[in-house]
Amino acid sequence: MSEVNLRKVVKLFEGGVQAVRGIDLEIADHEFCVLVGPSGCGKSTTLRMIAGLEEVSEGEIWIGGTMVNDIPPKDRDIAMVFQNYALYPHMTVFENMAFGLKLRHFPKDEIKRRVDRAASILSIGELLDRKPKALSGGQRQRVAMGRAIVRDPKVFLFDEPLSNLDAKLRVQMRTEIKKVHQAVKTTTIYVTHDQVEAMTLADRVVVMNHGVIEQVGPPNELYHHPATIFVAGFIGSPAMNFIPARLVNAAGALTIQLGQGLSVPVPADRTARYAPHASKKLLFGIRPEHLTETTRTDKQNLAPITVDLDVIEPMGMETLVHFRIEGTPVCARVDPAAGAQAGAPMRLAAHMDQMHLIDADTGRVL
Amino acid sequence: MAPDGSARAIATPAPLRPARSPGVSSLERLARRRSTIAFVMTVPLILVIAGLVAWPAAYAMYLSTLNRRMTASVGFDNYMFMIESETFWMVAWQSCFFAITAVLLKALIGFWLAHMLHNLPVRGQRKWRGMLLVPWVIPPALSTLGWWWMFDPSYSSINWIINVFGFPDVPWLGHPWWARIAVIMVNVWYGAPFFMIMYLAALKSVPEQLYEAAAIDGATSSQKLFYVTLPMMQNIISITVLFSLIVTFANYDIVRVLTNGGPRDTTHLFATYAAQVGILSGHLPRGAAVSLFMLPVLAVAAFFILRGVTRRTREMM
Repeated sequence: MSEVNLRKVVKLFEGGVQAVRGIDLEIADHEFCVLVGPSGCGKSTTLRMIAGLEEVSEGEIWIGGTMVNDIPPKDRDIAMVFQNYALYPHMTVFENMAFGLKLRHFPKDEIKRRVDRAASILSIGELLDRKPKALSGGQRQRVAMGRAIVRDPKVFLFDEPLSNLDAKLRVQMRTEIKKVHQAVKTTTIYVTHDQVEAMTLADRVVVMNHGVIEQVGPPNELYHHPATIFVAGFIGSPAMNFIPARLVNAAGALTIQLGQGLSVPVPADRTARYAPHASKKLLFGIRPEHLTETTRTDKQNLAPITVDLDVIEPMGMETLVHFRIEGTPVCARVDPAAGAQAGAPMRLAAHMDQMHLIDADTGRVL
Repeated sequence: MAPDGSARAIATPAPLRPARSPGVSSLERLARRRSTIAFVMTVPLILVIAGLVAWPAAYAMYLSTLNRRMTASVGFDNYMFMIESETFWMVAWQSCFFAITAVLLKALIGFWLAHMLHNLPVRGQRKWRGMLLVPWVIPPALSTLGWWWMFDPSYSSINWIINVFGFPDVPWLGHPWWARIAVIMVNVWYGAPFFMIMYLAALKSVPEQLYEAAAIDGATSSQKLFYVTLPMMQNIISITVLFSLIVTFANYDIVRVLTNGGPRDTTHLFATYAAQVGILSGHLPRGAAVSLFMLPVLAVAAFFILRGVTRRTREMM
């Protein structure tokens, strides 16, 4: 029983800054939940409130069936991994990992057993006698995780743990974290601003913006069915294209008018859903990977459009092409063999099953 | 672009050591070496130290081997005379007692003050920091005069306060032990702000996340102090204690103004005793010998303290 519940949680800083504006969140036992969002969205503050490092201004936080608002961090049975590792520089790796157990008066042989087990999970057995200064960034990160594991807490909290590592190590440590979670199965709350980390690690992703939760869901749901324009733009790289559009009802068939002479048909199964919004200011949203060369024939519902390419970015396994529709910059992902050339026109296909229509005024995906 | 139209590297990496070319004289090569440049640039400092430290020290050593009229060498006679003198051993004991007690008290009070200041809201902190630094800014000879008046047997304001609480007068400067306590009190009053400001800087440099990690690890406030704050401040504490130990051991002005070494030479320190023997009694070589006794004591303390600092710096920083 180590689920975490947040009920109408608010954080008000001195000077009236409202960092978190009444969020509700239920995190199940053993779940790996990732809070993601741009800096200043309140995700770290939320995590620090769960840890007990920040007071909760309003609302309730429950861990394992206990309301913890007034319980100090040490009695919440949580462990935290910090962005800068926060290892004690004067202690060896062993002492760093054993510190929490020592303060809780664990017997010496039990401490040794737990540290050795955590060290073997993280393969840092040979570093136990070193001081943090003598470790690389990745090794320090492992020690910080080891310090959390030995405690065997109800909840792991990770505060942007990979931000200080280089790109290659980040990918490697991401896998390690996932492996550790599979091994110890502790409920985990993980904060990051990197949507790739969020997508790869999470059972469920919580997207936050301006102190509120925009959407909660499994990674694939967020990718395929974003609820708001913010989530649609935040999840996925390169980001989704948003093109101002109008719905036109021509002889019973609904089309999306993207500009002078450029229109794409609305898929038949969505006509009824979109029809009532015909008079609104709309945005046509489509991911670069759903704007491809026309030669792919395995997909249904391809709408051809012809564009003049501005810039070509070959990435090896794919090529990104940039162009403009009525002044709006748009990016598409095409096959390197498709022969895209800057300055030349190219015929692309929009995968209409993957499109989104967004109400420009409310930001909601229709 | 090179003449043939091909792009040329913007900079070619310079060889680590300049190759020996016949056009460069060995003198020129010497002048170009980094170590030579470094030496030349530190020459002014070396001259200042030589003029203000090395020469007076060497002269004092030479002086200590002369007779009273400074006309002939007497070898180590001045030192031997001191070692056989009872007063000298009392001065040595009082110097150690004074320095160790005062430095300990300054360190404790400074640490306590620094902690109080550190935990004050930022806006109030500057005001209090400024006020608490006042004792350290006033010239000690001047502030000691104030203390001398407060300890005065006839109009002592401290005794007046003690009387209010029903205790009898204390002969502050007339009794050996009270006089020893009085000079230590004034020295602590004067020196504690220095410890406070050093410790405050050290406290501010401890990353907040270490305390947060300790809080989650289950540390109470006293455990945070012993397991995080103190180990993180150890180097600053060591260096401050060493510096203060040297300055306190060699103190002159407070004792000179407050007790002038009395009663019965019981509050003399090496410096005041050296001045009394060398200048007031007119035996300059013997005065020099007294002051030189400080050297080995402080050198040993400095060696051990600095060795610890170097080791910790290597391991932690």
